[in-house]
Amino acid sequence: MSENIHQKETDKEARKIKSVKRMKEIMTNYYIEAKTADQHKKKIGWITSGGPVEPLIAMDVIPVYPENYGAMIGASKMGVDLCETAEGMGYCRDLCSYARSDIASSTVNGGPIGGLPEPDFLVCCNNICGTVLKWYEVQARYYKVPLFIFDTPFSHTEMTNEARRYVEKQIYEYIDFLEKACGKKWDDDRMVEVGKLSIEGQRLWQAVLDTCMNKPAPMSAFDAFFHLALIVTLRGTQTAVDYYKELLEEMNDRVRQGISAVPNEEYRLLWDNLPIWYKTKWLSEKFASHNACLVADTYTSAWCGQLDYLDENDFLKSMVEGYTSIYLNISVDQMANTVLKMADKYDVDGLVMHSNRSCKPYSLGQYDIQRIVQKERNLPSLMIEADMVDERNFSESQTETRIDAFMELVKENKGAIK
Amino acid sequence: MDIIQEFKDVVENPYNYVQDLKHKTGKPVVAYLCSYTPEEVVYAAGAHPFRVFGVSESIARADAHLQSYSCSLIRGVLEDSLTGKLDFIDGAVFPHTCDSIQRLSDIWRMNTDYKFHTDVVLPVKLNTHSAREYMYEVMNKFKTDLEKGLGVSVTAESLAEAVDTYNDIRKNLFRMYQLKSEHPGLISGGEMYAVVKGSMIMERNQVKEKLALLVSELEKSASQSVDTGRKRIILTGGICNHPDIYKIIEESGGDVVWDDLCTGSRYFEGVLNRNDDPITSIADRYCDRLVCPAKHSSETSRGENIARIANEHDADGALFLFLKFCDPHSFDYPYLKDYLDSVNVPSILLEVEEQLPSEGQLKTRFEAFIEML
Repeated sequence: MSENIHQKETDKEARKIKSVKRMKEIMTNYYIEAKTADQHKKKIGWITSGGPVEPLIAMDVIPVYPENYGAMIGASKMGVDLCETAEGMGYCRDLCSYARSDIASSTVNGGPIGGLPEPDFLVCCNNICGTVLKWYEVQARYYKVPLFIFDTPFSHTEMTNEARRYVEKQIYEYIDFLEKACGKKWDDDRMVEVGKLSIEGQRLWQAVLDTCMNKPAPMSAFDAFFHLALIVTLRGTQTAVDYYKELLEEMNDRVRQGISAVPNEEYRLLWDNLPIWYKTKWLSEKFASHNACLVADTYTSAWCGQLDYLDENDFLKSMVEGYTSIYLNISVDQMANTVLKMADKYDVDGLVMHSNRSCKPYSLGQYDIQRIVQKERNLPSLMIEADMVDERNFSESQTETRIDAFMELVKENKGAIK
Repeated sequence: MDIIQEFKDVVENPYNYVQDLKHKTGKPVVAYLCSYTPEEVVYAAGAHPFRVFGVSESIARADAHLQSYSCSLIRGVLEDSLTGKLDFIDGAVFPHTCDSIQRLSDIWRMNTDYKFHTDVVLPVKLNTHSAREYMYEVMNKFKTDLEKGLGVSVTAESLAEAVDTYNDIRKNLFRMYQLKSEHPGLISGGEMYAVVKGSMIMERNQVKEKLALLVSELEKSASQSVDTGRKRIILTGGICNHPDIYKIIEESGGDVVWDDLCTGSRYFEGVLNRNDDPITSIADRYCDRLVCPAKHSSETSRGENIARIANEHDADGALFLFLKFCDPHSFDYPYLKDYLDSVNVPSILLEVEEQLPSEGQLKTRFEAFIEML
């Protein structure tokens, strides 16, 4: 008996991803540096998660991501409190919970890491949603700092030449804005270096995610949600490249040794939409109890999905397509195609969709994607009604029942195919 | 007035009216649901621009495509389409404004089978030179898309005529609003609502003629208009699809004297420059007129604007009228309210879904609010 428990503990220990520790160190250092930026005479630029961060790195600005902060708020279960504070300020409960909790945290002493360092300027790229525009307007008024809007026209059926020209012009406007905001000259050579590091980092991140094509998968989407942080926040730096090299090595090692994320992986699932930050552990264990591993997701792969467009030799110009064609800035049918490709690539047995009240561009259209995946690949799917940060929009018992019912379907479906 | 009744009839039965119009004139019908649609170009293409609001009483089929946290506008319009109520239209145009309409465009394109579908992917910021250039290119592209989609050609003459027609319509809507602001008893809020909304549905040459007549009649009777003794209220928000609101406000002791609504002043604000190339003037109007919160002209433009409206129209109070789940408007609420507070104009917020709250409930709220002014 005690041997059994001992064995289980050893198993669990072996399954832990070692790089987690390194990641935590890097993120801690990053936030310490950001919070002491004025001591190092560095500027802080707040930027949206889908925004072109490379020029900021090239200008030696410390990029800070309110969305990453939103995720931290969600994961540390501080979401409800901060959302309620925002509601007290007049922000409606139906609004994005990242925005609500970030807007609220600016006005209170508190939140994870004692709040974000104040911005010197804001960079808002609307390739992920229209919400960020409103959110950054709020923060521009609150902090009284300049706001640069990087406007990436939505690609319903194609990216038009008109849009290409418009976005390209904005790259140069962005550089002008940064020169003014930072009080220093733009350095083309530095940008080339940063562009290379960005592409290398994205390739490594893709390679990390690709290790989940192995059966069993060495990591799950829940791990990816965590290890994603650097490709978002420190894309274009050597730190991110080094870290993902290390992580990739660890994953390859796990594959060689047959260490899997889920002990007895029998079912492979694909996750869609943002994580439910306050429930990742619970969900991960719940699916694992069914021997199911979420081997891939549409969310974390968005930070390496544009590699085909990016060009090392002309990074700036390739940002036009790179930043305009990202997953959320394309139509529902194009998103469905991406989901189908991922379903094939990772050989999944079902689709788990988070219908996220906070994110309309991600969620509206999911019902259609669900039908397309059912029709084209005969894959069952589950819709979890929730919210990424605001726990009041989540029912554990209801979700549990639905996961159990869904897993029955997955098992039946897979049995029938066999 | 008979003219107002004509607008009311159209608003009551928009689909019958437009179907009938199509039958009589053979004009293709192009549906749209947002005031960022360059209607002038549709008109110049010989087609009928038709603003849809959704008439379905309950949502069933759209629920299979849109989550319950979508606004009643997009759910209602999709429901009408999926249930065949809009089978008579030739196509629809979706200008890029909010996330919801953007996704509706995809879902609509994937699940309906009209002859024509186009997106007008406008810039989101309007305050830069490159955005203005892009706006112009988008308008030009829309013209080409329309020509291809409808198999017509849009001539310089027809565009020039469209510019004149729309300037005329907008000028008279503006004049009607001014008269209402000067003489709140001259025309009821519900009547004004019917005229503006009807102007987006009725054949535009008819609109032009009827508005000219209406305004001249109103001008004639303006001097005899009696003081209502009611408080002066401004409305601000997205679309208003509930004529009863006006009546209930009036019964509670208020007159709506101006608005910042997509189905109100934002529809008719701004003049097309006749001396410019028409496409340029259409693009410029969109860059210069008051913005919807899904667009950006500066961080404070909407606040300054609502304060200006409140001042110009001597408002006693303001009503924020939002569709539930309309993110852009909800984000602006706290700051617009602050701006109104700064000019001492108290406000209340009303969020509506498909149906209004009961009349009694609304009246209690409005009465309490107006009493306080």
